[in-house]
Amino acid sequence: MAEVRSAMTREAYGRALVEVGKEDDRIVVLTADLAGSTHTKYFADAFPNRFFNMGVAEPNMMGVAAGLAMSGKRPFASTFAVFAAGKPWEQIRQVIAYPRVPVRIVATHAGLTVGEDGASHQMLEDVGIMRILPNMNVIVPADANETTAVIKFIARFDEGPVYVRLSRAASPVVFDEPPPFEFPAAKVLSPGNDISIFGCGIMVSAALEACRHLAEEKISAEVINVSSIKPLDSETIITSAAKTKAVLTVEEHQISGGLGSAICELLAEELPTRVMRIGVRDRFGQSGKAEQLLAHYGLSAQRITTAAKGMLVNITQQAYPRRLRKKVANG
Amino acid sequence: MDDITTLKKKADEMRCNVLRMLHHAKSGHAGGALGMADILTVLYYRYLRHDPTHPDWEERDRFLLSNGHTSPMLYAILADQRYFPDEEIWKLRRLGGMLQGHPSTVWELPGIEVSSGSLGNGLSVAVGMALAAKLDQKGYRVFCQISDAECQAGQPWEAATAAVHYRLDNLCVFLDWNHCQIDGHTEDVMDVGDLAAKWAAFGWQVHEIDGHNYDEIITAFDSFERAGGSDKPTLFAAHTILGKGVSFMEDDHNWHHGAPNDAQLKEALAALHADR
Repeated sequence: MAEVRSAMTREAYGRALVEVGKEDDRIVVLTADLAGSTHTKYFADAFPNRFFNMGVAEPNMMGVAAGLAMSGKRPFASTFAVFAAGKPWEQIRQVIAYPRVPVRIVATHAGLTVGEDGASHQMLEDVGIMRILPNMNVIVPADANETTAVIKFIARFDEGPVYVRLSRAASPVVFDEPPPFEFPAAKVLSPGNDISIFGCGIMVSAALEACRHLAEEKISAEVINVSSIKPLDSETIITSAAKTKAVLTVEEHQISGGLGSAICELLAEELPTRVMRIGVRDRFGQSGKAEQLLAHYGLSAQRITTAAKGMLVNITQQAYPRRLRKKVANG
Repeated sequence: MDDITTLKKKADEMRCNVLRMLHHAKSGHAGGALGMADILTVLYYRYLRHDPTHPDWEERDRFLLSNGHTSPMLYAILADQRYFPDEEIWKLRRLGGMLQGHPSTVWELPGIEVSSGSLGNGLSVAVGMALAAKLDQKGYRVFCQISDAECQAGQPWEAATAAVHYRLDNLCVFLDWNHCQIDGHTEDVMDVGDLAAKWAAFGWQVHEIDGHNYDEIITAFDSFERAGGSDKPTLFAAHTILGKGVSFMEDDHNWHHGAPNDAQLKEALAALHADR
């Protein structure tokens, strides 16, 4: 197996910001006392006049970002996900989403992998509460390289607000270089026929690992990286589900509201399909090491593998194509 | 429009139009709209650098209404200044109309700078705009109206802090200090204390004025215009009367919202005309 390299998405964000900042002086960056942690400090050092630390006042930061955008600037507003999506949700709704103001909200430290800081800082509901807002776009990059691609894309995207979800901890590298990115973004990373595994963020690499384990057992899983939860790439998702007739979703988020919900909503209306969602099941997080927490809450390649197999056996017992029934029985 | 008599007459004309609009719409917020008639008339007819035929003119001064429920007064003034055809005001609060219950940029109503209605939000956006003007070294000013009850929220104080930190002397806020809010008098609901002292303590240049006294309003505007380079944002702590000009509405929090019926409209219009 290839050596797994790791990199921080927030680090990639900070570097990419400097790059886009060089090309476009309309780019301005705001943070709420987290310049170091969000890596916006690189931008602050490079362009001090276009960097605004707003202190611990996230609602005001979102309003100020809106005012800057309405005056021709291209603002990025960054803090931890729990403070970016949760605390100023009302301001985002009123002065950013409703008037469709192109503020780029880039949130770091999402999910359980915040680690030792515990539940207060482990945002597991942000995709849900952002996605539900009309006009809002939601992106969860799979790794550091995709983060670079996403930041370059949204720097020029003036059609509405965007929420980007990044992590604290370093996560496995999925792409060797920044992949092409445009809306709607869902890409098949590994084609297969028996089951579709839709993942986002750090769970994409776990899905790919599970895919390799499943292949050893003669199960052909298709892994799709759903980078934009909104807009959702319904064509790619439906095509895959129509082929495999079994869907697994994997995310470092509550199973309500996030990627799993979005795919269930789509398939329920367009192509009713068996779906199983892997994510945090209506619980808050706790302190611990990132990898311990992922294992504890069932967000691992092993868990995806087991779930996929269980799902196929289950389906086979009901009504599933003969070829697969045989394959699973032999596997 | 320089002389005070003409300005006063214009403000009362706007009050009459607000009442007619609300009467026609059969709902809306009368009290606060009437209370800010004088300051907004002086702003729009004497100080604001703007061009109703080019509402997107980059160098224009911005006016943001943070306590958005008082929008009928802004609508009346914008209509009078020909930002949009007069007949729009009869579509206030109607399905498909540009004049939403609370101001919105979404419906492309010329002259509206910010979508507001949720109290506490507007000043932050004004700070963003003032900051952009500084960044671009542009001379436009940003005016923003907030209310005393809005100061019960936390966000205006976050914005107040940021405006001082970033030395936004191109920002001028009108505090509509009428001591009334939807549930009663501010002192009974949640006393906000001496707002003039509080804003001054935050580092703002505060002018405490009678919001219906034209000499005081004009003096405050002149001081703000002279204050460029002072590094401090300005606030007019304007003592106002809810429902000003219509005796049965004055200082009665029940007129925070509500539209006049036929008889009330007749009585109110008569009083305002008699005032001239």
